[in-house]
Amino acid sequence: MDELYRQNILEHYRNPHNEGTLETYTHSHIEHNPLCGDKVQIDLLVDDQHRIDQVAFSGKGCAISQASTSMLTDMLIGKTVEEAKQIDKEAILDELGIEIGPVRLKCALLSLKAVKMALYGLSEEEWDNEEDDW
Amino acid sequence: MFNTKKIRQDFPILDQKTNNKPLIYLDSGASSQKPQTVIESMDTYYRQYNANVHRGIYQLSEKASAAYENARKKVARFINASTWRELIFTRNTTESINLVAYSWGLANIKPGDIIITTEMEHHANLVPWQQLAAQTGAMVKYIPITEQGYLDLAKYEAWLSPAVKLVAITQMSNVLGTIPPIKTMIKQAHAVGALVLLDGAQSVPHMPVDVQTLDCDFLAFSGHKMLGPTGIGALWSRKDILSAMPPFMTGGDMIKRVTLEGSTWNSLPWKFEAGTPAIAEAIGFGEAVEYLDGLGMANIRQHEIELTSYALEQLNQVEGLQIYGPQNPQDRGGAIAFTMGDIHPHDIAAVLDGEGIAIRAGHHCAMPLHDKLGLPATTRASFYIYNTAEDVDRLVEGLDKARELLTRD
Ligand SMILES: Cc1ncc(COP(=O)(O)O)c(C=O)c1O
Repeated sequence: MDELYRQNILEHYRNPHNEGTLETYTHSHIEHNPLCGDKVQIDLLVDDQHRIDQVAFSGKGCAISQASTSMLTDMLIGKTVEEAKQIDKEAILDELGIEIGPVRLKCALLSLKAVKMALYGLSEEEWDNEEDDW
Repeated sequence: MFNTKKIRQDFPILDQKTNNKPLIYLDSGASSQKPQTVIESMDTYYRQYNANVHRGIYQLSEKASAAYENARKKVARFINASTWRELIFTRNTTESINLVAYSWGLANIKPGDIIITTEMEHHANLVPWQQLAAQTGAMVKYIPITEQGYLDLAKYEAWLSPAVKLVAITQMSNVLGTIPPIKTMIKQAHAVGALVLLDGAQSVPHMPVDVQTLDCDFLAFSGHKMLGPTGIGALWSRKDILSAMPPFMTGGDMIKRVTLEGSTWNSLPWKFEAGTPAIAEAIGFGEAVEYLDGLGMANIRQHEIELTSYALEQLNQVEGLQIYGPQNPQDRGGAIAFTMGDIHPHDIAAVLDGEGIAIRAGHHCAMPLHDKLGLPATTRASFYIYNTAEDVDRLVEGLDKARELLTRD
């Protein structure tokens, strides 16, 4: 447990980065985790050079999902859409730096799923396929 | 009188550490632990007389058949059925309810009919009725719950009419713990000619349930929540109702005679048990009710009232903690759902896991209820015969720790 709630996770959970919504955005998506009722909304503002200028997230979730979302928004800012596509589940888990069981994994990856759906219209099926090779 | 210490010795799994702390199991509402006798009865079947039932002429099969049918008799007597023929083995509560929806429901529910259930149902006693209504053109009405976690009985009474064909309600909520005044509700339903199905998944394991005194029409329950194995459950109904119902699944075992022109159905209860049943599991289920009988269901209920009463008292003092469901332990079972400030139930459960406490977080298969409460999820502690006041104390300590760790300013 003390493993799960390491300091870096608690810091992001207590003071999440980029929390809120964007008034002007180019992409937005709301994603639910039916398992625990968590919900995350991701707003992105992408400029003419396909670079992500701003990101904001809002929604309810556990510490793991809030922290991973906060970390992901940091990772996204300044990246091009192509670069953002490359962010995978490993990248999120590396950032969190903890071992996660299958149930909490869904919490940790909810915002990544939302971002991929918002940015380039990843489908539910494609997401599931990605999960399969895992 | 109720010797928890001695009872705990019958449950091998309880004697272990998780995360280096002695295990405290507070998730019996989801599935109970199993006593040695249940585990051994299944082991003995596989080691000494494993064979298919009902068709063998040889010793092993005769022994297996006798054990399987004997288990049925034990479970039937446990709920005071008037005959073992009224007790059908299924996989679980969910399958029992689906059996009724598909067999009785499709044969009896017509467009415009009304099925009454409640807002606090487990999905198992909700989705099959929505599905049946969609297929038949009937309508489902949901009795609302009040602020205190009771059913709004005025609404129920107002809704009863000859159009109501079925009332399907839980006898004990798996989230709020609420025990509705079932006996009265059954009388009222019968007065308008409706049948009553009870979801006994939580009630049958935790309190005396007597189908003849209750005068219900269907009772569904699961073995795994009452010391038995997974994969076995039961449906009880009255003989006249079961006889008139078409089979649910067809195939081997459930027929009397098959010709290429058609088939005749086997007698009750086998008409509803197509295919090779869960033999070892049925035997384990029989052993489980024997264990419960040994303790006495009234004693178990009393133990849980006392424990729930203590838990409510202690939990109500935990800072920021809110309990959902009746505060009077007489009106409720030992499943206690709560939230603690804005700390997510997953986080609470994960911190408690670190303290060796197994507890459930989520919507507990009751999403409409959580919508009504305006919550995505709750944390739920549920008690059984092996839980003690010390378990409650450890829970409270764990919750304090979770708050310390996870409160945001
Ligand atoms: C009230 C209630 N009904 C039905 C069920 C479903 O039981 P099973 O999963 O054994 O079919 C449960 C179990 O969680 C329950 O608590």
